[in-house]
Amino acid sequence: MTMQNDAWVISLAGIGLVSLLFIYVIAQAGRTAPDPAAVQKKAYALRRPFFWALIVLGIGVAYGTLRTFPIPKQQGPLHPAQTVNVVAHQWSWEISPGPIQAGVPIEFDVTSADVNHGFAIFDAHDRLLTQTQAMPGYTNRLIYTFAHPGTYRVMCLEYCGVAHYGMMDELHVVARKGDQQ
Amino acid sequence: MNALYPETEALAPRDRLVLNLYAISALAVFLLLMLFGLTMRAAQGRWINISPEVFYQLMTAHGAGMVGIVGLASSAVMWFFLRKYVRLSTGIFLANYLLFLLGAALILAAVFIGGFGAGWTFLYPLPVHTMGIWSINASATFMLGYLVIGVGFLLFYLDAMLALIRVYGNLGRALGLQWLFGGAIDKSHPTTVVASTMVIIVNTLGILGGAIVLVMCLINAYVPQFTLDALLVKNLIYFFGHVFVNCSIYMAVIGVYELLPRYSGRPWGVSRPFLWAWTASTVMVLIVYPHHLMMDYVMPHWMLVTGQIISYLSGLPVFLVTAYGALTNIYRSGMRWRMPAMLIVLSMFGWAAGIVPAIVDGTITVNEVMHNTMWVPGHFHFYLLLGVLPMVLAFLYHVAGTRSARLDTAGDRLSFAVYLLAGLAFVGMFLAGGRASEPRRYAVHFAEWLPYDRVAAIAAALVIAAMLLFAIRISGALLKAGPGERAAPDEAPAHRPG
Repeated sequence: MTMQNDAWVISLAGIGLVSLLFIYVIAQAGRTAPDPAAVQKKAYALRRPFFWALIVLGIGVAYGTLRTFPIPKQQGPLHPAQTVNVVAHQWSWEISPGPIQAGVPIEFDVTSADVNHGFAIFDAHDRLLTQTQAMPGYTNRLIYTFAHPGTYRVMCLEYCGVAHYGMMDELHVVARKGDQQ
Repeated sequence: MNALYPETEALAPRDRLVLNLYAISALAVFLLLMLFGLTMRAAQGRWINISPEVFYQLMTAHGAGMVGIVGLASSAVMWFFLRKYVRLSTGIFLANYLLFLLGAALILAAVFIGGFGAGWTFLYPLPVHTMGIWSINASATFMLGYLVIGVGFLLFYLDAMLALIRVYGNLGRALGLQWLFGGAIDKSHPTTVVASTMVIIVNTLGILGGAIVLVMCLINAYVPQFTLDALLVKNLIYFFGHVFVNCSIYMAVIGVYELLPRYSGRPWGVSRPFLWAWTASTVMVLIVYPHHLMMDYVMPHWMLVTGQIISYLSGLPVFLVTAYGALTNIYRSGMRWRMPAMLIVLSMFGWAAGIVPAIVDGTITVNEVMHNTMWVPGHFHFYLLLGVLPMVLAFLYHVAGTRSARLDTAGDRLSFAVYLLAGLAFVGMFLAGGRASEPRRYAVHFAEWLPYDRVAAIAAALVIAAMLLFAIRISGALLKAGPGERAAPDEAPAHRPG
């Protein structure tokens, strides 16, 4: 499962639950309850457990997804195996040359020479793996470990003008030195 | 008069004229901008061929136009109901409309004459890094158009703010803060007053934030030595944009609170959870915007954490107060399924369901692979196309119902079904595209993304067909008006709302 599939399944499940609730209530809406006040009182009594269930769910998800903070610190050394400098231009990428190693943390120092861009890395199946913004005046530090050697595509994910859609480049990722022997 | 159309909502001839201007302009602009959207999806699907310059001009006009026109239409909903409780100026309401027209003309000129194509978010420094595609003057004209529209909204809010203070003493009392922690709630305190107060507080700040950043960018456009911090500008733009779009929903939902009880025959008044929800939303809407900046790693990380947590919390008032309240209101109510009622329930579904993928994307780890993919237009089209627009349409169908009793034909209902199903398919293709990592705002698509684009284009065409019928039916009824005409007596619900 990729993160995209997780998001898709969770969203569909959530939308499905909302849909079922609406369908149920709509199916019942044409009928008339003998005591409307009692119906409303009962429904509002059910809301309290719903509220607490959603709070507990939210706390759990927030803790699970933030416990290891997904964004690296932006000050101080990160001690990556390799650092790659990335400068975005309208409409091309300037990426420090040389092969990138798989299996070790790579630090991408990403900035822009002109407007806002989005530095996004896609795999061979055009699946988005990670991204950060490329912004003039700032350097965003992204850490990513490539699982496999191969050719990865870099695409721009922040609208940057008329050739935004064509602002692509490639990263060549090779096996770690030790792995080649 | 009957329970559907109380005397307090009767329109004087001048009010009727101004409301008609709002309604018919909004319907026409929605249709035009939907056609721009269809053009973009068809071009991405390679069914038609347009240049990238034209694509991005359409994208800019579609985004800026939709944000503006949804705001304008929603402000008509707020004005219509709020004037029952406080004295609003029709002149200022008209001034908002006229300033909107002027601003829209400036924006359209900037885009289609000046070639401006920096997107509705005019993210600095793109408007001044034109690469020769458009001029600095075109950028300035676009931003001036925004400023003029903002002035109109600000006038409208200041008039409403003054009117609320005259009646309720201060905004806190209008919002119902005095009942948050105890005391007997005045059940006659209007939900419309609570929602309007929240919008006035929040959107005044949002528009002021927008005005500050627009003035900064305008100065920079002509005095480049006056350099701007790109991250600060981004914060201000997303603060303004997020607040403005959300306030459109909060203005339109006033119609839901007012109208749904008339079709269900059950009251829906203020309660402590309701007041807490609107007070909490007042704060949350102002501080949640960093969820748009999660991929700006240099942002203070506590702000990004705030963005994630407040994104989650923001769902609670929508789910548990408004959507749940609406469902409770109609459950076994002997509901009268007229067009406004159907559209209101659709709007509740669209809002509640549409924020699910939005909340999921508000998680930093998800945002890392979904930000600026089609997932994003997927979730905001969900709650705008199937949420806020049906709220506006429900209001317009209801008002038009005062002029014609025949606004509930098989044609209307068929259009409703088409709108719902095609709307779901349309937003579903965005979400599916996001799952497949399809980037947003690409004028040209890879072959693997074409199926999503093409299904979306067909669905968009169907949505537009349904919308065209809605627009014709509503506009026809509004223009047919004779003062004092009311719907047939059989339109009245079984029970009178309290």
